[in-house]
Amino acid sequence: MAPTTAGDLLLEMEGITKRFPGVVANEAVDFDVRRGEVHTLLGENGAGKSTLMKILYGLYHADEGEVRLSGKPVTINSPSDAIDRGIGMIHQHFMLVPTLTVAENVALGLPPIRRIRQDLGPVRERISELSDAYGLQVDPDAYIWQLAVGERQRVEIMKAIYRDVSLLILDEPTSVLTPAEVDDLFVTLRQMTDGGRGLVFISHKLHEVMALSDRITVLRGGRVTGRTMPSETSREQLAHMMVGREVQLAPTRLESKAAEARLKVKDLNVLGDRGTPAVTDFDLEVRSGEVVGIAGVSGNGQRELAEALAGLRPVVSGEVVMNGVETTDRTPKEIRRLGVSYIPEERMRDGAIGEFSVAENLILTDHDRPPISRRGLLDFKQIEDGCSDLVRRFTVKTPTLDTPTANLSGGNIQKLVIARELSGEPELLIASQPTRGVDIGAAEYIHTVLMDQRAGGTAILLISEDLDEVIGLSDRIAVMFEGRIMGTLDQEEATVQRLGLLMAGVSE
Amino acid sequence: MSDFFTVSVLLATLAAGIRLATPFLLAALGETLGQRSGVLNLGVEGVMLLGAYGAYYATLRTESVLLGIVIGLAVGGAMGIVYGVVTLALKAEQGISGIGIFIFGLGLSDLLFQKQVGTPTPIDGLGDLAIPVLGDLPWVGEVLFHQNVLVYVAFLLVPAMWYLINRTPFGMNVRAVGETPEAADSLGVSVNRTRYITIFVGNALAGLAGASLALELGIFQQNLTNGHGFIAVALVYFGAWRPVGVMAGSMVFGLVSAMVLQWKTLGIVVGTTASIVGMFPAVLTILVLVLVSRRTGSPSALTRPFERGH
Ligand SMILES: Nc1ncnc2c1ncn2[C@@H]1O[C@H](COP(=O)(O)OP(=O)(O)OP(=O)(O)O)[C@@H](O)[C@H]1O
Ligand SMILES: [Mg+2]
Repeated sequence: MAPTTAGDLLLEMEGITKRFPGVVANEAVDFDVRRGEVHTLLGENGAGKSTLMKILYGLYHADEGEVRLSGKPVTINSPSDAIDRGIGMIHQHFMLVPTLTVAENVALGLPPIRRIRQDLGPVRERISELSDAYGLQVDPDAYIWQLAVGERQRVEIMKAIYRDVSLLILDEPTSVLTPAEVDDLFVTLRQMTDGGRGLVFISHKLHEVMALSDRITVLRGGRVTGRTMPSETSREQLAHMMVGREVQLAPTRLESKAAEARLKVKDLNVLGDRGTPAVTDFDLEVRSGEVVGIAGVSGNGQRELAEALAGLRPVVSGEVVMNGVETTDRTPKEIRRLGVSYIPEERMRDGAIGEFSVAENLILTDHDRPPISRRGLLDFKQIEDGCSDLVRRFTVKTPTLDTPTANLSGGNIQKLVIARELSGEPELLIASQPTRGVDIGAAEYIHTVLMDQRAGGTAILLISEDLDEVIGLSDRIAVMFEGRIMGTLDQEEATVQRLGLLMAGVSE
Repeated sequence: MSDFFTVSVLLATLAAGIRLATPFLLAALGETLGQRSGVLNLGVEGVMLLGAYGAYYATLRTESVLLGIVIGLAVGGAMGIVYGVVTLALKAEQGISGIGIFIFGLGLSDLLFQKQVGTPTPIDGLGDLAIPVLGDLPWVGEVLFHQNVLVYVAFLLVPAMWYLINRTPFGMNVRAVGETPEAADSLGVSVNRTRYITIFVGNALAGLAGASLALELGIFQQNLTNGHGFIAVALVYFGAWRPVGVMAGSMVFGLVSAMVLQWKTLGIVVGTTASIVGMFPAVLTILVLVLVSRRTGSPSALTRPFERGH
């Protein structure tokens, strides 16, 4: 490795400590980024990755420590300060205004071109130029609410490139992207580093980390526990460094015999948010003791299918039978009473209430019946015991059970919802992207629970874009394309290549 | 009844409707701006009362209607600063703070009136201002162009407010801040600065709305506004947060009020019936609100204070 001079260093963070009530999110963390490199931050949910980056971006203030940019100490008190110093950040959750257009979102916060009359002409032009230069396909006049998640992520990147940042923070930018979109993103990111920019990358997907990083820093419990490079390590080693123990990266499948059908879907038709068909003439059967995987590029009707099954979206026509009961016009509550659990894809929005405490969110779906409540009164002892157990088993990192859920790290909110939905020993489980955003230790545990429940006779509908996960867990895999099933493969015959073709709409 | 009589009654009713719509329109346009940035102000009624009293008292003392108008605006703006500090800096609950502003305005305007004026004393309020040429048009001229100056101001503010919200860089910040304040903040847009400005302007317009009422009637009395401010808030929902929609709502309200007044004057309705018919506009608002309340276009961050971590 070439010797580094101070001039190569774009960013140095030294001795950063940040405390929140009940947690030390960062403890004496040292971190730096050189020009032209990707420096990855790796760590379990709640390890302090986002906190460190929010300090850099002026969203949080460090209790101790120093930040230097190109060797000069700086204080960054707000995002404006960060932007002025050439720092950009792509947040773990989208930071876009859905009711504004792409061009408006990009122009937001920039000095106006004309004071009175808004003139976005030059902004649009520049977006088109940058689109071409970086292979980022975005339509400047589209409204954000019209865009799929992959496109939204491109708008986030466009915002950063437009501002010509010298240092870009990417906090889990790939968690909502498909493998092909990730490849495109990496090409764009490499172009950025070739231009001399420095990038901070955060992801829970180890193969991405291995593919993209120049250097890797591992955080655990707020402290730096390791520094390495892809050439000197392996996925297994990285997992070990993060979690502090051996992690099994691929799930073990237990013997299980499929029995009677728990979910039968026939000729199902469902509309999307914009009133166009999202699920068309859909047939599916899931039996007790089996996992049926639904693979597909996001936006091909998976979300609408899951919502329709959970009773959250009206069914236009067709039949859904759960446990022998027709459920197309049942409420979500009635459906839950049939022994159905639902892990929604958008857990922040549909699965948890931010202002509620961790315990309240954990009992959200069964607070109104025994054992949690009796004769209309909540049994607090029961709640405390049950919740402590769930928090421990699913490694939800929280200072107390009374902590507001919004204060947890992104991945820990995900785990909270998953813990609740998997706790009830459901007869039928609809799981959308169950390991999105959670760290590998937790993913391993979630996979184990799913496999245990399958062995115990639960029927599981697994909707996931993670092909390794779908192949590893499912007995049968149906690929969805434009609202229909493109093909169904048995576990033994499923390969990433075959699924990939079906996902692209190529029938066999 | 001769044709001439019916037509002139009709024209007079329409003209009165537009005049009566004006205070609603001014206040509702101001409230629209505030709500688009994510701030609900239920205290419009109180601000209107203070604006009305300020305008009345200034005109009574100086005999200058113009000064009255300026005072109305200034009193409203001052209340805007108070409301901004309470809801933005101190992060008080917006619904409750608004009710507080209403009670404060109701009490203070009456107190000042009792102390400083005491007996109801009429003033020379706003006279009609005929617009040259347009005012001479048959029918249209009489309805639209023989009005007082604040009527013209209010209706010209409709396109102005639309332009401000939809076509200026500031308006884009307002929309962003009302929808996704975190996103605006992450790009360096100051959420609270934007909201201070919209609240200031919005409340100044509420003050002006009060002034228009007092100067139009030429008097002040306790609770002069009598619910105008609350209806203005409802009209923002009615108009789906769009200036043109708000204008349509204000016109419906003004016209219905004018009709009821006309029926009373002509003796078409009397006594108890008159009182019942007098409630008609209020009932109408509620009905329309129930019917149109899809809440589409409601700013997502409405009533949500913005806080960035620490
Ligand atoms: N605003 C806050 N208030 C209180 N505690 C917080 C706040 N933000 C973060 N924390 C706590 O700080 C710790 C680190 O959180 P952080 O978001 O940095 O984790 P992370 O490494 O980004 O995890 P993930 O992979 O889940 O996103 C967590 O224990 C979290 O609960
Ligand atoms: Mg995070």
